[in-house]
Amino acid sequence: MRALDILWTLFRKDLRIEWRQRETLASICVFGVLVVLLFNFAFTPAGEESLRLLPGVLWIAFAFAGILGFNRSFAAERQNACLDGLRLAPIEPGLIYLAKMLSSLVFLAIAEVVIIFATALWYNFSFVPSIKWFVSIVFLGTLGYVGVGVTFGAVAANTRMREVMLPVLQFPVVVPIFIAAIEATSGALRGEASSQFASWVRLLVVFSVIFIVLSFLLFEYVLEE
Amino acid sequence: MRPGTIPAEHVLEVRGVSKYFGDFSALRRVSLRVAGGESLLIYGPNGAGKTTLLRILASLVQPSEGEIALDGVRVERHSTAYKKRVGFVSHQTFLYDELTVRENLRLAAKLFGVRNLETAIDSALGLFSLQDRAADIAGRLSRGLQQRVTLSRALLHDPDFLLLDEPFTGLDAASVVALESLLRQLPMQGKAVIFSTHDFAQGASIASRMLELDRGAVRYDGAMTDAPWAALRARPEEAVRG
Amino acid sequence: MKKNSSMTVHSLLTLAWILISLYLAFIFAPNEANQGNVYRIMYIHVPCAWSALVGYTVIFAGSVGYLWKRSQFADDLAYAGAEVGFIFCCCLLITGPLWAKPVWGVWWVWDPRTTLTFVLWLLFVGYLLLRTFFVNPAQAALLSAVVGIIGFVDVPIDYMAIRWWRTQHPQPVIMGGPDSGLPPRMEIALFTSIGAFLCLFFYLLRQRLHMGTARRDLEQLRRGETATEF
Repeated sequence: MRALDILWTLFRKDLRIEWRQRETLASICVFGVLVVLLFNFAFTPAGEESLRLLPGVLWIAFAFAGILGFNRSFAAERQNACLDGLRLAPIEPGLIYLAKMLSSLVFLAIAEVVIIFATALWYNFSFVPSIKWFVSIVFLGTLGYVGVGVTFGAVAANTRMREVMLPVLQFPVVVPIFIAAIEATSGALRGEASSQFASWVRLLVVFSVIFIVLSFLLFEYVLEE
Repeated sequence: MRPGTIPAEHVLEVRGVSKYFGDFSALRRVSLRVAGGESLLIYGPNGAGKTTLLRILASLVQPSEGEIALDGVRVERHSTAYKKRVGFVSHQTFLYDELTVRENLRLAAKLFGVRNLETAIDSALGLFSLQDRAADIAGRLSRGLQQRVTLSRALLHDPDFLLLDEPFTGLDAASVVALESLLRQLPMQGKAVIFSTHDFAQGASIASRMLELDRGAVRYDGAMTDAPWAALRARPEEAVRG
Repeated sequence: MKKNSSMTVHSLLTLAWILISLYLAFIFAPNEANQGNVYRIMYIHVPCAWSALVGYTVIFAGSVGYLWKRSQFADDLAYAGAEVGFIFCCCLLITGPLWAKPVWGVWWVWDPRTTLTFVLWLLFVGYLLLRTFFVNPAQAALLSAVVGIIGFVDVPIDYMAIRWWRTQHPQPVIMGGPDSGLPPRMEIALFTSIGAFLCLFFYLLRQRLHMGTARRDLEQLRRGETATEF
């Protein structure tokens, strides 16, 4: 399959560039952990309270780390007009989107692992009992979030003040994903039966699929000039 | 015009193309027909629309009006068949600073579906004597070396139409000679070369034909042999200064 | 000339319709059992909500139209829908708290409906900001269309929010299922004012579209060409 081959080539290119400079990954990890730390100072939660705050703290940290990552995700393509280089190639524009989405997903996932470790440590909270549902919910929420973020990152890259433009576009659109992710996460962490929060998980799946399919289809227009 | 030793089989047409940016016209109803075996100099002062025309030909920019046709058939947006036959060298290098020269070329070769990857890369590197630079990180090369890599990159997939926007920028004397001879050779192999340069004398020594643009409109289109006089008449100081 | 006279008719129609709906809302419709007169803000609040939703739908339609047909008109339509819809969305967010304070005792409650209405307002803001911040005007239409389409995903959710979730916000009175109806007089007044607001919405939309075409003609003249009809 040529399409899969191209996708894999582009994806590996992103990973290799990131590995050589480690800019995006380092900045989003540090930033995400800082958000958790600030929350800890602001609320100094203890015991039961921390369980109530935790889902929100986690997703806010993921959100900010993600925004930072999306702003950077096209940085490598902007230097020397590499994006033009990709646009010259006889490939489906949607593949450029998918490759970027996958690499951004990997980077954000790594940052999320770091953030989760930090919270587990600072909030004295064990994620182990609910790990199966917790990981699936985080994965699905992140998928939808990255699915929109890469597209809007590419859109915002063409504007003045792109660092401001991206969150202004991104946050409102992903509110449903956030609400669903936070509700589902708190259900899972409280150890509720999965039927209690299944509808939120379903909502996450629906939104992630819609956003990724739409972005895949619309990305050729983002690349057009 | 160079005698047509090889039958022209590749034909690229620009049909009444205009490009607007709001109230600014970058190109005004430009029409042009370039066949394999030709080498065309696009000449004109800064802001004449040279870069816009080349970017439209490279299908990086969509015209506001008009169309591009290849072998008589209108080129659709994102036509992969068209992109495979066109090579483009722009002001920018299209190189990833963090990747090595070989990695950059390998990426481009894969995206263009080049067969016999490594052989093609080696021969492209050889064109501008870059063999011993293959393992260097692209971002650490000098501007001239990067330009040589960019030229190799554009030739990897053996395009029928080679578009070059100010390709001599930053090149050392040896590379200028290599590029000049390459640009003279390609038309003899039936390829078409379309390039812009601010150095009129240099362009004139390579091209068989000239298209002069002025504020987005075609001012002259014809054989190079008649062109210098036209250009000199129009703006002698620029043609002389180069 | 013909266009102008149809605009005049439209403006007079809007004016008459608004006067009628004001009469119906403030005199014809009876007091509500619990809220008395306060509830009458509904005759502005609900029509604003409709107009705002129609506004974002116009963005969506214009965006799809532009990507599909590449007509400048469709792009103008999306931009116009955003600007006009935004005004109604602002009215919606102003009248909401005004109504909530005497009835719920607070200005704002974060329930799904109010949250998503606020999200709708933010979507308008994002879209309008985006349109003013483009570097390359040639890309503005394309990229706004992409954002307009992706943002529209949230709009049905906003509309469905009070149907899916039980919330503090009143249940819908129109197409909300059995026993959600209003007394007939209130219903007449509400439908009339929704109609009046939509009439106003489309009048403003047409005016704004007119500006878009005029701007395009001007650009064309500045480029030194004769204006042609698009």
